[in-house]
Parts: sequence; structure tokens; C-alpha cells
Amino acid sequence: MGIEKLLFYVFAATAVLASLGVIGSRNPVRAALFLVLAFVATAGIWLLLQAEFLGIVLILVYVGAVMVLFLFVIMMLDINLTPLREGFTRYLPLGAVVAVVVLAEMSLVLNPQFFGLEHFPSPVALAAGDSNTKMLGQLLFTEYLYAFELAAVLLLLAIVAAIVLTLRRRKQGEVLYQDIGAQVRVQAADRLTMVKMPAVVAVKEDNKKESDDE
Amino acid sequence: MIKELKFQLKTWTLWELFQGMALTLKYFFKPKITVLYPEEKTPMSPRFRGKHALRRYDNGEERCIACKLCEAVCPANAITIESEVREDGSRRTTVYDIDLFKCIYCGFCEEACPVDAIVETRIFEYTFEPGDIHVMSKDMLLAFGDKMETQIAADRAADAKYR
Amino acid sequence: MFDSLQTLLAQWMPNEVAVVLVILVQAMMVIVPLLLTVAYLTYAERKVIGYMQVRLGPNRVGYAGLLQPIADALKLIMKEIIIPSQSNVYLFLIAPVLAIAPAIAVWAVVPFDNGMVIGDINAGLLYVLAVSSIGVYGVVIAGWASNSKYALLGALRSSAQKVSYEIAMGFALVTVIMTAGSMNLTDIVMGQQGGILAWYWIPLLPMFVVYFISGVAETNRAPFDVAEGESEIVAGFHVDYSGMTFAVFFLAEYAMMILISFLTAIMFMGGWLSPFEGIPGLEALFSFVPGLFWLAFKVFFLLFVFLWFRATFPRYRYDQIMRLGWKVLIPLTILWVFVVGAMAYFKVAPWFVHGGVA
Repeated sequence: MGIEKLLFYVFAATAVLASLGVIGSRNPVRAALFLVLAFVATAGIWLLLQAEFLGIVLILVYVGAVMVLFLFVIMMLDINLTPLREGFTRYLPLGAVVAVVVLAEMSLVLNPQFFGLEHFPSPVALAAGDSNTKMLGQLLFTEYLYAFELAAVLLLLAIVAAIVLTLRRRKQGEVLYQDIGAQVRVQAADRLTMVKMPAVVAVKEDNKKESDDE
Repeated sequence: MIKELKFQLKTWTLWELFQGMALTLKYFFKPKITVLYPEEKTPMSPRFRGKHALRRYDNGEERCIACKLCEAVCPANAITIESEVREDGSRRTTVYDIDLFKCIYCGFCEEACPVDAIVETRIFEYTFEPGDIHVMSKDMLLAFGDKMETQIAADRAADAKYR
Repeated sequence: MFDSLQTLLAQWMPNEVAVVLVILVQAMMVIVPLLLTVAYLTYAERKVIGYMQVRLGPNRVGYAGLLQPIADALKLIMKEIIIPSQSNVYLFLIAPVLAIAPAIAVWAVVPFDNGMVIGDINAGLLYVLAVSSIGVYGVVIAGWASNSKYALLGALRSSAQKVSYEIAMGFALVTVIMTAGSMNLTDIVMGQQGGILAWYWIPLLPMFVVYFISGVAETNRAPFDVAEGESEIVAGFHVDYSGMTFAVFFLAEYAMMILISFLTAIMFMGGWLSPFEGIPGLEALFSFVPGLFWLAFKVFFLLFVFLWFRATFPRYRYDQIMRLGWKVLIPLTILWVFVVGAMAYFKVAPWFVHGGVA
């Protein structure tokens, strides 16, 4: 057995077990971490398939950024586990039906009739110096440019929508905002006025008053 | 306009950050002020207040006359004195204890003493192990005073003109 | 050298085992010097900061305190590992591992000289970015598993900061990739041949600064060390760690610091190339210096700058860190992507003549 095959089985087993862990573990943080492990194992399999760009991007985007934010939210939530498990028996039949339907659909679609090995030419092994990244880039920016740009616009839309929905600028006075630009621009002369006072004269006048009072 | 330009230039060249870094770099090369303690020591004042001692006159008579001014002035109640009349009729101490755990080394006892009997020496490097005697008795104080007399006398002489 | 070692080993054992053994040897050859550098970086840090504060720094253990890191390491190894009673023990113990593993794994693609690299892969820069982004898990999990307010606050601050600055860092890397036309670190260095003026720090000067600042923020170093903030949240995510578990976090932080310095040197300061290339007299004079030394020299300078920052600048406030990252650095990098695009289009010499985007 070659090293590649061995690695494939290791990664595949890890991915499957980790996925089971995601739905099986009771602690939500652990479930999220299992999901991370599943991502990493999948990335390993993609690397074995010579899709190094996809594998690395999966780690960079999902593991490095998305799942961190996920973990954030999960850690901040104070999830009480008992009510989550309350309706288990009540929803079990419905859940089972959904599971069976999904399983049936999957087996219908993914059966060898459509996805058998004989339907696909075996992938051409890439030449040593060939860059997967470059190939992907060329495809994305030529053939699939329209779809690519569309996806980008969609994401931008989502970002703008998220900000519009969450940003609320409260009234002035209700909360204090900081204008850092203005703060940085402040000169000593704007804040500080040097007042020249004849100190000696003032003291004399004071003394006079006091003596007058007496 | 010129002011704005100057401001923008200062911001984008990170001028103030570089100024700060130049300052730290200057000090990086300055001679260091660290004193490597056991090998090097800082100069000490003749008024330094360290471990206590009781002095004697040149003829060997102890100076202390048991006036108990030091006991009275001691803010930490570290000094205990008992007195008796000696055979020759002079008043002397029988007990003169200084509890070095209580003492705060304020130097009031030294100030209060009319005959310069109780003094504080320059010795500050002493320790107590658990179980050691931390109360200096009269004998210990006198013995310590005998041992340090040259230095004590020199320090008093050096400080005399300011007193 | 390693090929001959492999053939030598293959005479006694199956080829697969020989391959794994050679890889292990290569890994050790990177990791051992790395850990030694980390140890002496802590010493250098204390010395440099001491000198900048007009004092001597460690000087008791060994000549001029040179054995101090070893004493520190021994102390940390001997200390008890305290596990908080209400913590999630499994995650608590795995967090330091998650912090150090990426910090060491990244070194697989870092070249030390022409050809002196464990894995010379095409997407080297992407690999670096991806693997170093995993390091944040160590922090997040440590903060959560400790079951302590301070640790959680530190973890939140640190991870938000790391995720934010990774974006600025990534964009800065995009400009480098555009200039070099490759994501392979060796190719990036070879694209900078031609002396100090041909290095990428000139056309990418703002990116050089942005990358280094983001690097400082990524590694949670002063002035961006709010994640630790010993004066406000005690020590951040690693308050509850003691002994070796703490030491592992420490190692990870310093290994990342060295990595950032290496990457900055490689991407913007010509890596192992001599700065005197193309200058008639000096080039010959310094031709005996191996490339590894030039790289080490640049890296040590950058590490000194790290320490210099720490000695100079006061700690940022947390919202100011986020503002700097999102509102200053990221727009600046996006702007510079366009500038680099224009420079590449007009083939500005000497940086964009070979390779480049086109």
C-alpha cells in the first residue's frame, strides 16, 4: 500500500469520525471543534487529489476565519442543554422520516449509474511544475468571470445588508462618539490659552481689600 | 494649507513614531545606571541608619545613662529599657533590648539620645534565619558598638558640623 | 545531500521508512535551531528592553546572563501544571498543542537559502497564511477551557484581533504575489535579484510597513498586546496556565515572531540575496558570505525592531487596534493592490520586468 493510499484512509476515517462527533457530542464547543477537524481532514483529501489551492483555501477561509467566529458565538452563548433534549421523542418520527427521505434521494442520485467510475475519465496527473492555483485563476477570470463576479456582488450585498441591519447610530448625547481624526489634529494652541497676568499686582490688590475689611 | 500638508506628511511618514524610536535607540547606547549590587555598592551617607550599636566613652565607660528618651520616642516600641543604680551611684541600664523585627530604622532614638549612646551604623546586610535571636540585648549592642567604633566615630565627626 | 542520505538508508530499510526518516531529520534540522533561537530571543528581548531603559537586563546566570534562558526553561519544566478544577480538562491541555503545532508546521515551506527548504511547494505563501491562521484556535480554546473571565476576555480580544489583521496581512501578500507572479517563496526571492534597489520594499513600501505592523498585531506583541494586557486582564488567555503548558504558549508566540520576521525578510528585503548585488567593488568583496547569513542578518534586524517597538510604544486601546486594522490598514492595502496593478501594467523597472501578473 502506497503512502498516498494510507494517507487517504487516515484522512477519510478522520473526516467520517469527526463528522459523527459533530452531531454526537453534547458539548457545542466540542461539536464545533469536531467540525474543524472534519474540515482539516477534508482539506487533506483535497491535497491528495492535487487540488492544493482548494485544500489550503478551505483551511484558510473556513478553519481560520469562519469557524473562529462560530466558536466565538458558541462560547458566548450560555446554552442550557436540558431543554434542547426535551422534545426528542416527540420529534423522533418526523426526524426519522426526513432522514429516510434524504438517504433515499442520496442513493438515487449518487448511485453508480450516474456517478460510477466508468462515467469519468481518470484524472490526468499534473506535470510536476504545474500550478493548480494558476489554472483555477485562469478559469475563474476568463470562462467563469460572470459567475465569479456575480458571487462577489452577492457577498458584497450580504456584507452591506448585515451592516445596514445591525448598525444603529444613536442620537448625539445619548452616547458619546469619538472622532479620532479630530483628536489627532488638535494643536496645543487650540486647547490651551496662555493668559498673562501680573501676579504681583494682584496680590497687592488682595491685600488692600483685606486691610479695608479690617 | 501648508499646515494641512505638513500634518498629512507627518501622519503618513509615521514621523512621530520614528521620533519615539530614535529616543529609545539613543538610550540603548547610553551608559547604564545599574549597580551590580554585591560587587558594586552605591556611596553611603554618614547618616545612614542601619543596625544599632551602643557606644562607650574613651575610658571604657558606657555612655547610656538610662534616661529612656529613646524608649519613649520609639514609634515602633522596639526598645525596652530597665534601669538600676549601680554600686558607684550612677544610673545605668540593666536591660537594653532592641527588637529588630519591630524597628523601622527611623533614627529617632539616635536623635533623642542626649549622650550619643545609641547610634545606628552603616551595616544593613544582616539576616535572620528562623530561630535566630532577633532581639539585640545590651551586651550584643555594646559589643557591636566596640567593633564598629572607628567607623561610628568617623561618621559622627563627618556629620558634626551639620548638627 | 538528503537524496544521498535517503538512498543510503534505503539499503537497510524499506524505501517508505527511509523517506519518513529523512523528512524527520529535515524537520529536526529546522525545529532545533528554531527552538534555540526562541530561547535566546527571550534573552535578547530582556537585554534589549533593559538597555533601552538604561539598565543591564539579566546578567547573573552565566557570563552576561547567557545561561538565563536555560535556567528559565528548567524552571518551567519543573513547575507543576495546575489544572483549574472547573475547567474543561481535555481542551485545556490540547490548547497549547494547537498553538504550537501551526507555529512549527509553517516552517515546512520557509526557504533558508536557494534550495534550502523542506517543502518547495507552489502555493507556499497560501500555505503559510492558512497554517498560521490555525494558531488562533490555541488561544480561543485556552481562553474558553480555563473557565475564567480574564482568560475568556483575552481570548476574545486576541482572536478578533488576529482574524482582523489577517485580512490586512493577506492583502499585503496579494501585492507581493502580484509583483513576483508566484506564490512560491523561493521564486519570490529570486524575483528580487539585482541589489538592494531591486527588492520589493521600494514598490511595496506601504505594504512592507502594513505587513510588519499586522505581523506585530498577529503575534500579540506590544503595542498590540491587549490579549495579554498584564495590567488589565492579568495575562489574558494564559492566566491559568503554568509550567510547561505556559512555556508552550510562549514558544508558539516567539516562533511566530521569528516567522513573521523571516517572511518579511523574504518577501520585501530580498531574502538570502546580498544587498550589494550589482555594485562592482562590494559585490566581489562580500561574495564569500553565504546567503543564509544575509537572511539571518535581516531576520535579526527585524526581530530587533520587534523588541524596539515593545520598548518604545505604549499599549494601544482595544478599539483603537480594531480601528487601525479595519479603517486604516485594510483600505490602504486595497488601494495599493490597484497601484501595483498599474505598475505591473506599465512594467515599471526593475521590479515588474520579469514575471509579474502578466
